[in-house]
Amino acid sequence: MDLLNAIVALSNFVLIPAIAYGSQLALGALGVTLIYGILRFSNFAHGDTMAFGTMCTILVTWAFQSIGISGGPLPTALLALPFGIAGCAALILATDRGIYKFYRTQKAKPVIFVIVSLGVMFIMNGLVRFIIGPDDQRFSDGERFIISVRDFKALTGLKEGLAIKTTQGITVITAVIVVALLFYFLNRTRTGKSMRAYSDNEDLALLSGINPERVVMVTWLIVAALATIAGVLYGLDKSFKPFVYFQLLLPIFAAAIVGGLGSPIGAIAGGFVIAFSEVTITYAWKKVATYALPDALAPDGLAQLLSTDYKFAVSFVILLIVLLFRPTGLFAGKSV
Amino acid sequence: MTDTQRNILYFGFIAVLIIGTGFIQSWNSALFVLNFGLISAIMALGVNLQWGFAGLFNVGIMGFVALGGLATVLISMPPEPEAWAAGGTRVIISLILGAATIVGAILAYGALPKGRMRTIAMIAILFIGFFVYRAVFDGGVQAVEAINPANAGYLGGLGLPVLIAWPVGGLLAAGAAWIIGKTALGLRSDYLAIATLGIAEIIIAVLKNEDWLARGVKNVVGLPRPAPYEINLQNDPAFVEQAAGFGLDPVFASTIWVKLIYAGLFAAVLIVLFVLAQRALHSPWGRMMRAIRDNEVAAEAMGKDVTARHLQVFVLGSAICGIAGAMMTTLDGQLTPGTYQPLRFTFLVWVMVIVGGSGNNLGAVLGGFLIWWLWVMVEPIGLGLMQLVTSGMAEGYWLRTHLLESAAHMRLLTMGLVLLLVLRFSPRGLIPER
Repeated sequence: MDLLNAIVALSNFVLIPAIAYGSQLALGALGVTLIYGILRFSNFAHGDTMAFGTMCTILVTWAFQSIGISGGPLPTALLALPFGIAGCAALILATDRGIYKFYRTQKAKPVIFVIVSLGVMFIMNGLVRFIIGPDDQRFSDGERFIISVRDFKALTGLKEGLAIKTTQGITVITAVIVVALLFYFLNRTRTGKSMRAYSDNEDLALLSGINPERVVMVTWLIVAALATIAGVLYGLDKSFKPFVYFQLLLPIFAAAIVGGLGSPIGAIAGGFVIAFSEVTITYAWKKVATYALPDALAPDGLAQLLSTDYKFAVSFVILLIVLLFRPTGLFAGKSV
Repeated sequence: MTDTQRNILYFGFIAVLIIGTGFIQSWNSALFVLNFGLISAIMALGVNLQWGFAGLFNVGIMGFVALGGLATVLISMPPEPEAWAAGGTRVIISLILGAATIVGAILAYGALPKGRMRTIAMIAILFIGFFVYRAVFDGGVQAVEAINPANAGYLGGLGLPVLIAWPVGGLLAAGAAWIIGKTALGLRSDYLAIATLGIAEIIIAVLKNEDWLARGVKNVVGLPRPAPYEINLQNDPAFVEQAAGFGLDPVFASTIWVKLIYAGLFAAVLIVLFVLAQRALHSPWGRMMRAIRDNEVAAEAMGKDVTARHLQVFVLGSAICGIAGAMMTTLDGQLTPGTYQPLRFTFLVWVMVIVGGSGNNLGAVLGGFLIWWLWVMVEPIGLGLMQLVTSGMAEGYWLRTHLLESAAHMRLLTMGLVLLLVLRFSPRGLIPER
């Protein structure tokens, strides 16, 4: 019985949050890795792209709520999501036309692109703060839980409760759908195949008649969708705050590099590696240990390896380890 | 127009901006702009060393600046003997244990043959070391933070003159830069960017959370100053008499005088660093750095150790940022970890270097002053602009209120726009590299 309680506590505090967070990171890292594969630079504006897409979604959500449209038990934000994606895509395509295209035709060095993306980051960050302000926004509505702690206890008679938030369920389901669609697109459709060809060998792809501008445009559209979905899911699960989205850059980059920059499957694996390490290392294991271990071995303290304030340190250390021992990442990405 | 004339024109323009601020706003704010402009120019010099000389992309400037700030506290604050007696030694021992663990793991990695045994041994060393470290460390920290938490609750500093903190800040930053450079240099260029971004966040997190070190978000206030206090000057009859001789009010004269002393100190540091950077740029070493920047493969073929040279210049540039950070904390008179924002301390410095002219020390200094002035002035200008735009709207109309409230965020937009415009239309900056 105690072991069962330990497992329930572990799922409640570690497994479920980490799976949800991992899905969000994976979607973010997929965006970074796609840009890296096709456009060949690390996009520092990605966190703020997520913030911008989320902001569009929030604004539409508010509009829906004010005219009485709601998603019933599901958050209204899901209905607003397509509009958010459209808003984000419009901005991203505009930045590509107005800014990145010039450097692409010049064949500028990747590091120049990175600096340009810094400028874009500034502007997007400014836009988001300008429109919605720098404060915390909560926009989740509908049912809060799929299973609440009380229901679970009544159902199983265990001492420990297990809660699954609606947002966590939605996160995982959405992520699975999005990833399935993305891989179908990349592996089965003509455009997806031309994208992969372009990523593998630009010159050969150009020779075989692939239109580079079209590949780039499709990439940006996919990135806008991925970034907005990742941002909205994160915002539903926690809350929306522009600065937090900027800070997400670090775990997202860590995830993309751990998996291997340019490798979509690696980005997903990396997202979960980072999320699970972050949650397990900053979780206080006292409760689980008290159930799982005999009384004599039960810990006195919180049994927490690092305080939650250092969660960035976790992604950073994993990043350093990967850079030191396997710079191409788990799924041998590009290392130019 | 020759280069010299053009440069004189640019710096004359900066002087007009600062003096104009003095006439239009106040002389105190003009000197405020000047002092921070001097510090910004030093940071820009450091980044120019990394980017302009060597093409290294460092986005962790904030972290190195914050380490400089930490040095100010560690050097200049008086020590807290009670806290030291309660747990200081224990904390220090635990830190030594932690360092020994990492060194041990590295030695084991070097000594053992490659294979599964080595991995297991390293993990075991790190694991055991971490728990031993935490066991010693936690108790020490609790004891230290329990002593007089309202006013101290930390170990204090060494009680040395604050000027010593400036080079020490540089050393701290150099140490952090060495660790980052050792891991991330030699790999592709983006990795250094991401690693530096990470270390900056972590340094700030440490400063915010390790109360025993520098009181965390409770802030350390009242740092010793290299300049006299205004109130002492106002009570000093000789100073009051001198001020009266210039026809000045003693309160005004004292604030101006203190700021001038700071400006003199900062200007001295800037001149020394500028001369050194200029000498470095025009030495064989500087030419080698630029050769490596422009063609790594060719430089390597000439027998240059690219990774080692990169590490060298990365450490030097970060050290300069650390010095600037220590100077800034000295000027503020307090260490407030909560105010370190990457947009303000990292990306703004980048805008300075790019706008001024990467690869040119004079350009970096110019960019430092110009962009700092813009950063300070965008807010009042933006507010004025918003008032103009919204003047036709009714009082209390939601859009008007919103626009006026958001004027503060004009800064980010403006900086992004300036960066993109310069990169697009004048990628070599105002004073291009020769």
